[in-house]
Amino acid sequence: MKRSKVLMLVGVVLLASLFVLPLWNITLEAPQYPEPIGFNIHINKLADMNPNDIKNINIMNHYVGMKEIPETLPEFELFPYVVIGAILLGLIIGFKMNYKWYLVWFIIMCVLGFLGMYDFYLWEYDYGHSLSDKAAIQFKNPDGTPMAYQPPLFGTKTILNFVAHSYPRSGAYLLFTGMILSVVAFFVGRKESAL
Amino acid sequence: MKNLHKISFVLVLIAAFLMGCNNSNKSNSGALSGSAAEKVYVKPGDHDDYYAFISGGFSGQLAVYGLPSGRLFKVIPVFSQDAEKAYGYNEETKPMLNTSHGFVPWDDSHHPDISQTEGELDGRYIFINGNNTPRIAKVDLTTFETTEIIEIPNSAGNHSSSFVTENTEYVVAGTRFSVPVPQRDMPIKDYKGNFKGALSFISVDPEDGGMDIKFQLIMPGFNYDLSHPGRGDSHGWFFFSTYNTEEASTLLEVYASQNDKDFIAAVNWKKIEEYVNNGGGKKMPANYAHNVYSEETHMATSTMKKEVLVVDPTEVPGAIYLLPTPKSPHGCDVDPSGEYIVGSGKLSANLTIHSFSKMIKAIEEEQFDGDAYGIPILAFEAVNAGSVEQAGLGPLHTEFDGKGNGYTTFFISSEVVKWKLGTWEVIDRKPTFYSVGHLMIPGGNSRKPFGKYVVAMNKITKDRYIPTGPEVTQSAQLYDISGEKMELLLDFPTIGEPHYAAGCPADLLAENSKKIFKLEENKHPYAVTNEADTKVVREGKEVHVYMTTIRSHFAPDNIEGIQVGDKVYFHITNLEQDYDVPHGVSMIGANTSELLIMPGQTESFLWEPKQVGVWPFYCTDFCSALHQEMQGYVRVSPNGSSVPLKWSMGENIE
Repeated sequence: MKRSKVLMLVGVVLLASLFVLPLWNITLEAPQYPEPIGFNIHINKLADMNPNDIKNINIMNHYVGMKEIPETLPEFELFPYVVIGAILLGLIIGFKMNYKWYLVWFIIMCVLGFLGMYDFYLWEYDYGHSLSDKAAIQFKNPDGTPMAYQPPLFGTKTILNFVAHSYPRSGAYLLFTGMILSVVAFFVGRKESAL
Repeated sequence: MKNLHKISFVLVLIAAFLMGCNNSNKSNSGALSGSAAEKVYVKPGDHDDYYAFISGGFSGQLAVYGLPSGRLFKVIPVFSQDAEKAYGYNEETKPMLNTSHGFVPWDDSHHPDISQTEGELDGRYIFINGNNTPRIAKVDLTTFETTEIIEIPNSAGNHSSSFVTENTEYVVAGTRFSVPVPQRDMPIKDYKGNFKGALSFISVDPEDGGMDIKFQLIMPGFNYDLSHPGRGDSHGWFFFSTYNTEEASTLLEVYASQNDKDFIAAVNWKKIEEYVNNGGGKKMPANYAHNVYSEETHMATSTMKKEVLVVDPTEVPGAIYLLPTPKSPHGCDVDPSGEYIVGSGKLSANLTIHSFSKMIKAIEEEQFDGDAYGIPILAFEAVNAGSVEQAGLGPLHTEFDGKGNGYTTFFISSEVVKWKLGTWEVIDRKPTFYSVGHLMIPGGNSRKPFGKYVVAMNKITKDRYIPTGPEVTQSAQLYDISGEKMELLLDFPTIGEPHYAAGCPADLLAENSKKIFKLEENKHPYAVTNEADTKVVREGKEVHVYMTTIRSHFAPDNIEGIQVGDKVYFHITNLEQDYDVPHGVSMIGANTSELLIMPGQTESFLWEPKQVGVWPFYCTDFCSALHQEMQGYVRVSPNGSSVPLKWSMGENIE
């Protein structure tokens, strides 16, 4: 088998790791939490970083009127099919199509990735902004608007007594690797076809 | 005037001399205190290297300290009610203090000992004896809570206890006061020959740690003062010091001090175990409580046991021998190798050390020196390994550093003396402040001591701390024993009166220390694991409130339909699953303590409202930013009122 094909197929297969490994992680640090608390975002669920973390984040957040972190989201129904679709498409391209299609697959993955991040942002925005008007603690920004508690999309941010970290996890790294492999496969394939 | 000058000159000289001495001491201790401070300083946020479990004596409890800092972390309630933790007050733990004499809310806790495997500390449990109403308690070292207490029948002054054998096969309890066995109405003056001393061997289940009296050895009516297990070659034997072999029943300070030598009783428990396993011994009617706390139901149950297996020592020849030991021995300590048994004749200046191998040889060669009630007495010369001569006054207890040295406390001369095993020479002595009783080296009663520190436990402190009226604290003193000479590092106050202590490296316990109780494992019959299931149930005059706590509210927090004369049981489940988030609860006028409920736990208290009105309850542990808002009301109507039973949270009762 051509090297380009192998690279492409390996890249595609890496996506399967998303069914096991977390995509993203949000970690909260606070003086009272010498062991930080947080949760991992998978394609099909939110999971405690350590037992009971989500429950404890909810308890903390209810004081400022934030909704509970949902046990499930509609996206969790959809995402596994999207990933399966991307894998199947990748396999078909890898086995049947020529190297130019590898780039097509990469672009499709980029679009899907962007949509995923945009969806994540919408959820975060809602989570940080839709606050109960009966909240025990209601902070205001200097301009008088209600303070929001949206975690960062990517990076680190201080929210009251918490420092929130939002970063990709192993699943996402493997996804990126897979996507880069498809690009490498494209260039290798082009070189192979030039010979 | 001239004379006066002369006198004052002499006085100045004397003073100068004394101060000179003092100064040399001072500068010495000054230099030391600099480095001593560093040695005991545990920086904020850092952890101590060792746990020290120091008995509370007449407080009935067991205190947990860190070494080398001497900081107190927790007082584990064992034999005494503790209103702070609701131990012995809440419905769940009241049965822990049940005895054949009914509810006994206090005891005199003495000798903690950590469980062992192959002669080394394994950190599963710590046992401690109640001296007054004879009991042995077991504390679980994952929760640091008392989980089992067994009463000892036929015993009184449960003092030569609660030491464990090399694999925690048994925890052993000996009686200090001999009594009629079975108890009966008889003249006190007929003590001699009629009273008996029971030595109890309590088996410890290797799986769940459950305690059960395997057998009681019914010994002559001596006072069995202290004991220690054999180890290594002497594993399978247990050694008990005795005094009052005179069998006096009055003015013991005189009449029990007449014999030049009392005994250390060597008991081959393996032999007796075999005898018992083959159907030996006699089942005797008895009545004693066995109280077990379940971590799943968060409740204790008390069962009265009606029978105990007793063994007559003369029926098991070759199992028990008496080793003559001078001057009413108190401590009876076995070195890490198991070869030497140290008897501390408390009215003597010497320590007497017996040799286990010589003892075995003497038994084989039948070098006896008579018998006591049919139990052979071995010839002193045949078993004696040597003695530490003129080591101090009033030796009490010895611990070992695992480097070939013994450390003995001397009550009367108020000092700790370091001496060498085998050569019996004194190496060093350091004063204690004052009148030291026990001492403890972490692992000092095991094959593997951690010979870095020794803790001396003093009976008297007088001027050592700022005064607190006539009753002043007792204290412990920490010495560095890593060098040739001991170095006093630290004084720290203790709860109650510290008797023995047990210590171990922090690593042995820290990682197993439980953080929360899992809610899904809570099997308390009145537990509710979510707010939707909370309710109030009336059963005649009894009302059961199934309540929950979570930051920062009770559910329900409004209750109506309670009547004067009701017995209202509040069963409160803490729904938290976060480390160090207990909730407390207290009810105005409740004739009991607060509850302090750990995450995932259920506890209950009884409230019997006596007055009509609306009565508040609140959270007693500052749980959160909205802790002050964590409160509720109970409406109490007159007896026979038609106000219906209702409860709610977050809305007004309709």
